Amino acid sequence: MTSEPVIPDFGQGSDCVREDRFFCWDWTQQHWDDTFQPALVEHIELTLIAVSIGFVISFALALLAYRVRRFDAPIGALSGFLYTIPSLALFQLLVPVTGLTVTTVEVALVSYTMLVLFRNILEGLRAAPPDVREAARAMGLSPRQSFLRVELPLALPAILAGLRIATVMTISLATVGAFVVPEGLGAPIFSGLREFFQTKFVVAGALAVALALVADALLVLVGRALTPWAHARRPA
Amino acid sequence: MKMVNRLVELDEGDVLLDDRSVRTLDETQLRRSVGYVIQQVGLFPHMTVGDNVAVVPRLLQWPKARIAGRVDELLQLMGLEPAEFRDRYPSQLSGGQRQRVGIARALAGDPGVLLMDEPFGALDPITRTRLQGEFLRLQDAVRKTVLFVTHDIDEAVRVGDRIAILREGGELVQYDTPNAILSHPADDFVAQLVGADRGLKLLALHRVDEVELEPVSLAGEDDPRVDASATLRDALSLMLTEAATHCVVTNGTRPLGTLSLDRIAELLAPR
Repeated sequence: MTSEPVIPDFGQGSDCVREDRFFCWDWTQQHWDDTFQPALVEHIELTLIAVSIGFVISFALALLAYRVRRFDAPIGALSGFLYTIPSLALFQLLVPVTGLTVTTVEVALVSYTMLVLFRNILEGLRAAPPDVREAARAMGLSPRQSFLRVELPLALPAILAGLRIATVMTISLATVGAFVVPEGLGAPIFSGLREFFQTKFVVAGALAVALALVADALLVLVGRALTPWAHARRPA
Repeated sequence: MKMVNRLVELDEGDVLLDDRSVRTLDETQLRRSVGYVIQQVGLFPHMTVGDNVAVVPRLLQWPKARIAGRVDELLQLMGLEPAEFRDRYPSQLSGGQRQRVGIARALAGDPGVLLMDEPFGALDPITRTRLQGEFLRLQDAVRKTVLFVTHDIDEAVRVGDRIAILREGGELVQYDTPNAILSHPADDFVAQLVGADRGLKLLALHRVDEVELEPVSLAGEDDPRVDASATLRDALSLMLTEAATHCVVTNGTRPLGTLSLDRIAELLAPR
């Protein structure tokens, strides 16, 4: 664990810091570069890696369940089960296997994304209406062409909805990962709590919320760009 | 119908397209050469109208310019102004417009045969009648072999050159021209199907200028006038509502001849 002072800069801090007010702008500014910014970058990395890996695995599993229906229930049950394990318990369970490492955090985060992503991707792929599938077949699209040009594009709205939920959830959950390794915005939140220094965890917490909002908004924009038909308005 | 483009495989019997069994044709090639229009239309919701129509030409790898030209040509043919409709999504169209796009899409690859499975079944009566009219006009222009399934005998009589009437269980009861089916139903089932008003339906099939008219001099001053393009049914209706026994058939303002109630009765009388 890090060897930070229990209460930072008692002697030389401002009144705000000495009195441990809810939020101290000067301390935030002074420690942006050495505390918040690196934590924010780490947090983005944690999230991106978890959601990307979770997406790839979920996509492969959803594809399998889409093609072979009998895999649907077992995969759904497994990802549903993973989702029910309390995050702290899951981190703890993984520590003996993968140690106090980022891997432990990522494995847990990936597991949590899977329920949402698997379900949404699968439902999305199944969303193409029967008449549309039949039309594709009747026009001489091969199963592969039908998948790539019809079923997959039509699955995009559901997939993007899943990605939004998974991303926001991962950003929030990743803070708990600091319980295992002091990475991401969870680190200043934990140390702030331990040191009874409010500014630290208030700012880190606010950054996590802001990051979630920004990520969600970005995904909405990506969704608009990728699925223009879903937002098309009827001309008056 | 689905056996023609092999969406459903044949277990026995055969379907011949230009004397070749569909069993021997490559499935994909076959489907690209047979246009398919269904009641639910099945437009791709994520593609614009233009992209929907371009699906088969793209599969056939036509050059871009030819595809664009074909799309505009077909939209125009279906009465959809290309500049206005090309970039819309199916969700931005009315039911009638969607089915027009469906037909344009089916025609895009210039297939020899068109399969239409209750294409106008889901439309309101006004739109249906209008699309039937457009379909007839279109058929005059493109001249395809069309296999058209409908439960609506009026539609069958209106758009069909030959009608096959199937009874429950797929038994073929009568296969003939609309004229023959209306004037000589093969049995009670067909007679019931075409309805007690089959005489009127028969009259609706013919224009007044198709029959031999009597001299204009037979008509009186007050007799109603009917345009040459009207059907015999329209003429009959007009005479009945005007309480007249004769009407004057005109081409614009020029009288062509006289049509009488007796003449119409004669036409309907069993030969």
